[in-house]
Amino acid sequence: MKKPNDVILQTVTTVISFIIILFSINLFFAGHYTPGGGFIGGLMTAAALVLLLLAYDVKTLNTILPFDYRMMTAAGLLIAVLTGAGALLFNQPFLTHAYDYFNLPLLGETSLHTAVLFDIGVYLVVIGVTMTIIQTIGESE
Amino acid sequence: MLTISIYIALVAVAASMIGIVIRVVKGPSTADRVIALDSLGISLIAMTGLFSMLLDSSVFLEVILLLGILAFIGTVAFSKYLEKGAIVDRDRRK
Repeated sequence: MKKPNDVILQTVTTVISFIIILFSINLFFAGHYTPGGGFIGGLMTAAALVLLLLAYDVKTLNTILPFDYRMMTAAGLLIAVLTGAGALLFNQPFLTHAYDYFNLPLLGETSLHTAVLFDIGVYLVVIGVTMTIIQTIGESE
Repeated sequence: MLTISIYIALVAVAASMIGIVIRVVKGPSTADRVIALDSLGISLIAMTGLFSMLLDSSVFLEVILLLGILAFIGTVAFSKYLEKGAIVDRDRRK
């Protein structure tokens, strides 16, 4: 059997996966004012990782990105719960969010909201669950 | 004037999508069907762009980029399945 030659696919993947990851980060951070958010941002990051899985293999992806996706799911859930529980420290009901305007260097006056911390939890859970499903199915013989 | 041309373009894209669906149904080989589904996705992108012009909103522009990425990944996955029989390898050098 002749050796498969995936040069075109692998070259395209190295260029495109960065664009997909940048797009997912844009979707994630733009979610408060425009369409997007943690769920679709996480799905797009998982799509970039799936593209890397298609062009390379499970072993290579675990070498370049040594994440334990089950731990990532657990960390996301923990971040979401802690963000909700943080409101209890200020005598507010569970999951109350707060925001304020800050003067950041380079960015100017920016509105920072604690809902983005909750969204980070959603983002990590979505990546973790999707990659766990795909890697578990891909590795079974 | 612009609205009329958008309607004409929508009808043209819809007619081409009907032709593509005929190719998906009849296509003698699997590769024909994969190519037809890929171009169906691209026609869907054109539809989304035309509808976002018709509704005069820019909130569908993410959908366009998203459909492009998903069509690419789906086509690559399906062609890898046709080529090798497995979509995700455990170790490609073995």
